[in-house]
Amino acid sequence: MRKYVPKDNVQGKAYYTDRFWVAPRVPREAVEDGHFADVVKALGKLANDAYVEIGQLVVQIDATDNFAVMKMLKETCGYTQCSEQSAVDYLAKDNEFELFWQLLNITEAKRVRVVCRLANGAAIESVEPLFKSANFAEREMFDMFGIKVNNHPFLKRIIMPDDWEGHPLLKTYPLIGDEFASWYEVDKIFGKEYRDIIGPENRDPAKVDRYDTKRFSRVGYEVPFGADISEGETARDIEYSETALVNYNKKTSKQLDERR
Amino acid sequence: MAQHQVNYASTAGLPIALTSVDKLVNWGRSNSLWPLTYGLACCAIEMMASGASRYDFDRMGTIFRASPRQADVMILAGTLSKKHSEFARRLYDQMTEPKWVISMGSCANTGGMFNTYATVQGVDRIIPVDIYLPGCAPRPETLQYAMMMLQKKIRKESADMKKNTKQDLTTQTGKRARLI
Repeated sequence: MRKYVPKDNVQGKAYYTDRFWVAPRVPREAVEDGHFADVVKALGKLANDAYVEIGQLVVQIDATDNFAVMKMLKETCGYTQCSEQSAVDYLAKDNEFELFWQLLNITEAKRVRVVCRLANGAAIESVEPLFKSANFAEREMFDMFGIKVNNHPFLKRIIMPDDWEGHPLLKTYPLIGDEFASWYEVDKIFGKEYRDIIGPENRDPAKVDRYDTKRFSRVGYEVPFGADISEGETARDIEYSETALVNYNKKTSKQLDERR
Repeated sequence: MAQHQVNYASTAGLPIALTSVDKLVNWGRSNSLWPLTYGLACCAIEMMASGASRYDFDRMGTIFRASPRQADVMILAGTLSKKHSEFARRLYDQMTEPKWVISMGSCANTGGMFNTYATVQGVDRIIPVDIYLPGCAPRPETLQYAMMMLQKKIRKESADMKKNTKQDLTTQTGKRARLI
């Protein structure tokens, strides 16, 4: 029987995991008072859940509210920078993406992470009118996960080529072995008919062609450059250096030129 | 019978050297190898160091040129991503014959540590390579040595480039094809 391989997650896994190991969790603290309490109060009903993790406020929101929440955070709470924005693939577990925005308030030196869940195939509203940095971040999210962004000024792939198939950060995307990816450059430059001429990807750096005398030579069986050795070659004596340091000016040992 | 016997092989004190066309042309080609100024990744830092004053490629007649039309050698220094492979091949096509290629570093040779969907697993899949230079990244001395090896290779070649076979690729079916 062939080993069952789940199709919804083809990422590489550790070959050994401790069955009693439990992933440590970041402790969550309730929002008590101070700046973060003001933020949660300002958001009001928009925030489904809010807690503090390692000094950062995490706000869970609905996917449809993301523009209103960002606008509130920027204009009322002083979070003027969006330092990061991307997604996490939870398609296998929940058929959902988790989207997050990392915001920074420079005057208070505080950070807020806004988190929402987005159903597979749904689109999110762009926050590019508020944060210019979201332009490239949303393009990257579209490129890597295929998440569509509404009202984005120029939603186009940013890292992968425009004619690429698939979205590489999805768990269903293999690191190696995808047929389109492995033949991409051959198909693009030479055409599909060159596939059998160039051959599949060979990563073996020690690949030696037995009959290639232009790039390879064998010690003890030296032949002239480019000679045909399909009928075999004669053995030659190997000369060893008698001193540890060879003075090539004195021709005490075999010269590289003669050796080929 | 000639009154004076003439030794045609001697120069008779005149500034004349006898040689073959192949040797003369290859002497010219091998001593002015102009590589393309073309860096892909961190190997390009070593390539720049090789060209700069300490290692000084200029003393070997190797001067980096900014245009593929004026370059003889393409040094593929670094990781070639699949997105960029098309443009690397276009630069190679824009270079005028005769042209040679040095694949510099592990990434250019076999893909190196980037065993992924986005990296070309060896530039010889798209460009015929003359010298494979191992290392991660190769030291400037190594690149110098590769240049000297390339000079040596050129001196062995025929001046007529049509007679020189470029890299042969053996297909799975056993037939041999040329990647021009």
